[in-house]
Amino acid sequence: MRQLIDPQRNPARVWGAIAVIAVALLVLPFALSMIGTAWVRITNLAILFVFLSLGLNIVVGFAGLLDLGYIAFYAVGAYVYALLASPHFGLHLPFWAILPIGAAVACLFGVLLGAPTLKLRGDYLAIVTLGFGEIIRIFLNNLYQPINITNGPQGIATIDPFRIGSLDLSRNETFLGLNWTGPIKYYYLLLLVLLLVIVINIRLQNSRIGRAWEAIREDEIAARAMGINTRNLKLLAFAMGASFGGIAGGMFSAMQGFISPESFVLVESVMVLSMVVLGGMGNIFGVILGAVLLSFVPEILRYTVQPAQEALFGRMIIEPEVIRMLLFGLALVLMMLYRPAGILPSAVRKRELAKPDNGN
Amino acid sequence: MDIFLQQIINGLTLGSVYAVVALGYTMVYGIIQLINFAHGEVVMIGAMVSFSVISALAGTAMPPLLILVAGVLAAIPICMAVGYTMERVAYRPLRRAPRLAPLITAIGISIILQHVAMIIWSRNNLPFPQIIQVVPYHLTTSEDGATITNVQIAIISISVLMMAGLLFLVHKTKLGVAMRATSQNQLVAGLMGIDINKIIALTFVIGAALGAVAGVMNGTYYGIAHYQMGFVLGLKAFSAAVLGGIGNLGGAMLGGVLLGLIEALGAGYVGDLTGGVFGSNYQDVFAFLVLIAVLVFRPSGLLGERVGDRA
Repeated sequence: MRQLIDPQRNPARVWGAIAVIAVALLVLPFALSMIGTAWVRITNLAILFVFLSLGLNIVVGFAGLLDLGYIAFYAVGAYVYALLASPHFGLHLPFWAILPIGAAVACLFGVLLGAPTLKLRGDYLAIVTLGFGEIIRIFLNNLYQPINITNGPQGIATIDPFRIGSLDLSRNETFLGLNWTGPIKYYYLLLLVLLLVIVINIRLQNSRIGRAWEAIREDEIAARAMGINTRNLKLLAFAMGASFGGIAGGMFSAMQGFISPESFVLVESVMVLSMVVLGGMGNIFGVILGAVLLSFVPEILRYTVQPAQEALFGRMIIEPEVIRMLLFGLALVLMMLYRPAGILPSAVRKRELAKPDNGN
Repeated sequence: MDIFLQQIINGLTLGSVYAVVALGYTMVYGIIQLINFAHGEVVMIGAMVSFSVISALAGTAMPPLLILVAGVLAAIPICMAVGYTMERVAYRPLRRAPRLAPLITAIGISIILQHVAMIIWSRNNLPFPQIIQVVPYHLTTSEDGATITNVQIAIISISVLMMAGLLFLVHKTKLGVAMRATSQNQLVAGLMGIDINKIIALTFVIGAALGAVAGVMNGTYYGIAHYQMGFVLGLKAFSAAVLGGIGNLGGAMLGGVLLGLIEALGAGYVGDLTGGVFGSNYQDVFAFLVLIAVLVFRPSGLLGERVGDRA
């Protein structure tokens, strides 16, 4: 992978490949909208999941901390956006003001949660984040009395879409002879943001901080002996992952226009984790691949499993939703057993996980 | 005062169920320093299996107590098999892998078990048939005072019996010696002629058997089973194990009972204390708050030894 994207080693081929991918990505939404606008929406959600997986990858992949309640930060970001840009409180702040607030609030939660647990062994963090994910949902479900903050299980509706000047991203428009539907416009926005996130991730990985994380992941005691402030750096990874989740949540809110606690269940956390694990923890392109695969496979299942079962048995025996979850579970187990470094393993991770005994 | 007494009784009942589940976590942790995330799912399978048996037999002429026993006896071997398979398939191959790996497989196993259970038993709440007549006994002289039911008495006494049995097993039998030796040093225990793999598998199986009984108790107490019930129950039991000091059997029991009391009293009084801002619908939050508080102030738990801070 590195050889392929190292422009010095292989300039013509690399730029050619990048150009092909770029053109493909630019044309994609119009091609998809010919099959159906639903597929553009699915693609948008897939990009959002790539975004989320990259955020979780900072925590799990770079720093080696297992976060099982990642979706809670996504929820925090989504609710911050919904509360500040909907008729619920009558507030309509612009999105560029809210997204940083959402990221900051999610980050704050991350620090609050990480501070007591990060000095302990990794498995405690896993279980505390697992609990936190559940608690956030309980609060979202119940904080509608005596003061109605979250509107409870009904969720918050008619959330403002992104607006840039007079450009409303949710409306249909005709421009340059093409029909620009809401999802298509969101697609380009998401693509832009995603590009930014990928660049940030690559820069992070090769930075001083990224190398420190890697050292902590490999051997915390050795890292500390080298003068790395392990606790603060772990906290930084955790907070950074949380803020990524918060931003993704805000975009989800704006895109969907409606959110409820039901969107932020444990299953979603597991899904994002599966994407990271399947693709290859710590490898940015692996994670992207994992997220894209696991976002589209369930949708394809939805369109194939149901008719297949009806044709075979005359009725639906196992819902596609359940098959999806079984696949996620199996992916987690089988990947850990047979290919712990993921489909596209990161070089260091591969070495580490393939080692038969690392002394603990 | 009556409310207080009633909440204590409820808390003790709840707490003994937590304690029995917490034992499953703490035993596995004690022997291989691994959090068995999927243990909650074993409890759920126990409840589900007993639900099927009890509902199938509920219409027959069998005496209710016998039906209940049949339910438990069906649940135990199935949960043991699940526990054994889990250890064999998902944990044994990863025993020497980095810590992250078995945690991730555990989550995977847990998701798989939940959804297999959902395929078998549907996604609905399954109501346990009321075969046992619930008889409340008054604890005070007043007619509407605190009561303890026969079901609560049964749950508390069965839990105490099982815990005593486990303590006997671990401290007085040859198997127990082997388990303790394995937990201290696997290599040396192996040199002393202990079949480590067998002992670890047995630990999982015993924990699963306890979980099965806990599942049946939980099901009959609340009268309901659900394919996702294991998740929150497992989380609470884990908090209980941490509260008592993970890896410590007595700690798990103490932690379970304490957590049950905290939850019952918390749910009973939180409405009054906060002027109605928070109600008993926040009951599930208490276990989590306890967990955080313990991790901040006393990570080793009430009775535990120091927890190493290696990731």
